[in-house]
Amino acid sequence: MASLKDMRNRIASVKATRKITKAMQMVAAAKLRRSQEAATAARPYAERMATVLGSLASKVTDKNSASPLLVGNGKDQVHLLIVMTAERGLCGGFNSNIAKLARSDANRLIAAGKTVKIMTVGRKGADNLRRDLGRNIVERKDFQGVRQLTFAHAEGLAKRVREMFEAGDFDVATLYFSEFKSVIAQKPTALQLIPATVPEAAPDAAKGASAIHEYEPSEEEVLGFLLSRNISTQIFRGLLENSASFYGAQMTAMDNATRNAGDMINKLTIAYNRQRQANITKELIEIISGAEAV
Amino acid sequence: MAGTFRFELVSPERVLMSIDAEQVVVPGSDGEFTVLAGHVPVISTLVPGVLDVTAGGVHKRLFVKSGFAEVDPARLTVLAEKAYDVADMSAATIAAELKTAEAELAAAKDDTAKHMADTLIGELKRLSA
Repeated sequence: MASLKDMRNRIASVKATRKITKAMQMVAAAKLRRSQEAATAARPYAERMATVLGSLASKVTDKNSASPLLVGNGKDQVHLLIVMTAERGLCGGFNSNIAKLARSDANRLIAAGKTVKIMTVGRKGADNLRRDLGRNIVERKDFQGVRQLTFAHAEGLAKRVREMFEAGDFDVATLYFSEFKSVIAQKPTALQLIPATVPEAAPDAAKGASAIHEYEPSEEEVLGFLLSRNISTQIFRGLLENSASFYGAQMTAMDNATRNAGDMINKLTIAYNRQRQANITKELIEIISGAEAV
Repeated sequence: MAGTFRFELVSPERVLMSIDAEQVVVPGSDGEFTVLAGHVPVISTLVPGVLDVTAGGVHKRLFVKSGFAEVDPARLTVLAEKAYDVADMSAATIAAELKTAEAELAAAKDDTAKHMADTLIGELKRLSA
């Protein structure tokens, strides 16, 4: 049986832990709000781009002359998986859920005889996938110490992806990130980047836009410009969604941890009091039986 | 006095500006064009340059670095990757942008990229002068 002093120490340590997790939860909540704002603020750009892209892409009829970014390079052999995770842990299953989705897809592709290359963004994803898919990781990027994600970060990644595509390093690129549904729900998502998944434009909008708009310099050039920008935009969206999801997951995880610590403190306190009471009773019995013996 | 139209300047990070404007000069890749209310619908890519916005009789000059513009009779949306208010641009910002532009020019592989970087450098030099 632990001594009373040991138990006191233990209670003090759990209390300290609870303070830390509580503080982390509040920090995550504040950061979550900022990430969410950033994600919302970035939406108009992405939406506008998607509309124009959708209406333009629907007009591409000749598959042979169209940009390989849109229709692919005709092959399906080498797959690039861009796995985006967080830089830090203590966020429940956030990182491992993304890695799990990417891993199952990678294994499926390998089983089908395809070549899989992995580009990890974020330290945790690399750590997780290194164990069994270490040989497939061709590139590791992380944003450690970055306070606020900007479009420049996404642009840097997109540039690298475009270069690799132009060099023929892969045929199909898929982006893995966690979609922010709500504070308590984050959904690991796979999004095909190259060939581009073009959002289905609403029939009216597509007809309207293509019927009336003039394009300068030409439809093809505008489309080409948009497609290359689209990669950066999608990656940027992924980064923002990921960061919001990460803080959401961390908040939930820390909330649970705080509650568990509270439960543990209650249990330990009861055990401590009981032990103290038992000691007092024991001492009393000793005194009384001592007095009776006299 | 001509009518106004909605002018929106959107960067990937946020909506930078959303006002009713009377006239906007846009640096399109086929040459500058002026947008007034009731303009023919056009979608045009942009070259680095200065957007000249007139709203409520006030001129505003905005520097944009590539992007595209969507024109409707009642609105103009400019999606730019980077935009600055010319009045707020310090010599240091211009110098930093100039440096990246020069690096881009050095790294440019095809003519279009080279032309873009070249225009950018020209515009930046003009601003700093």
